[in-house]
Amino acid sequence: MIVQALAFYLFAIVAVASAVMVISARNPVHSVLFLILTFFNAAGLFVLIGAEFIAMILVVVYVGAVAVLFLFVVMMLDISFSELREGFLQYLPMGALIGIVLLVELLMILGHWLFAPQVGDARLHPTLALDQMSNTHALGQVLYTDYVYLFLGSGMVLLVAMVGAIVLTLRSRDGVRRQKISQQLSRTRRQSIEVRKVRSGNGI
Amino acid sequence: MFEIGLSHYLSVAAILFTLGIFGIFLNRKNVIIILMSVELILLAVNINLVAFSVFLQDLTGQVFAMLVLTVAAAEAAIGLAIIVVYFRNRGSIAVEDINLMKG
Repeated sequence: MIVQALAFYLFAIVAVASAVMVISARNPVHSVLFLILTFFNAAGLFVLIGAEFIAMILVVVYVGAVAVLFLFVVMMLDISFSELREGFLQYLPMGALIGIVLLVELLMILGHWLFAPQVGDARLHPTLALDQMSNTHALGQVLYTDYVYLFLGSGMVLLVAMVGAIVLTLRSRDGVRRQKISQQLSRTRRQSIEVRKVRSGNGI
Repeated sequence: MFEIGLSHYLSVAAILFTLGIFGIFLNRKNVIIILMSVELILLAVNINLVAFSVFLQDLTGQVFAMLVLTVAAAEAAIGLAIIVVYFRNRGSIAVEDINLMKG
């Protein structure tokens, strides 16, 4: 029990500290790296709570795809980030005020709440004990049966996002020489070869 | 203190959510950091969903956490593509200069 609590506090503190670094780091590359650290620690929290599949998905999707995408964009754009940081302190008081009010409100909710007594009857998919069925197995049984339309819909969302990103960023530049196979194949002999009589001693 | 309950997870999620909001206010000029703050907010939402799902013993929350993850990935891809196109056109990504649509 103590080990679990210590692990929770370790993951939680590192996650929160690296989230602070994400929004306050001077260099955006460091921000992205701290974002990766936050995601890893959130995945640790999920493993601790017993939601191992979500934890693995978090590592694969966020760290493997999203964070690397961020890293690519930050490194590819030639931006002077110091200019973007001007006025950093100007927004600090207002942001801090709103943030603190929000946090206090959220934590006040946490102080006074309890589950309604009929919450147990409202379960759609009760979790089995871990020795009966693993988390991944149970999640798969729910996801591919009851939520199959949502599953397909999320696949469509990803497809549309992929097509949209390609459409947005693809451009055809002038002056780039490409191989056009149809043009090559449609050339005839008459277009490309000419027979001339060359008198000996003189060039053409 | 050493009994980790639902409130502990909800507190972590609340702090992460607030940090995300705070990051949007703090980095008013840098769109990339704003997108990262949005990712932090979505992560906080995911922690909430999974914590409730586990402590109420209902798998639905974890299914919805996966859907949130999908939407977050799509949003990051589209957002970064828009940033790249905008940078190509204007040579800057400062949020305050974005007024092409005269909104």
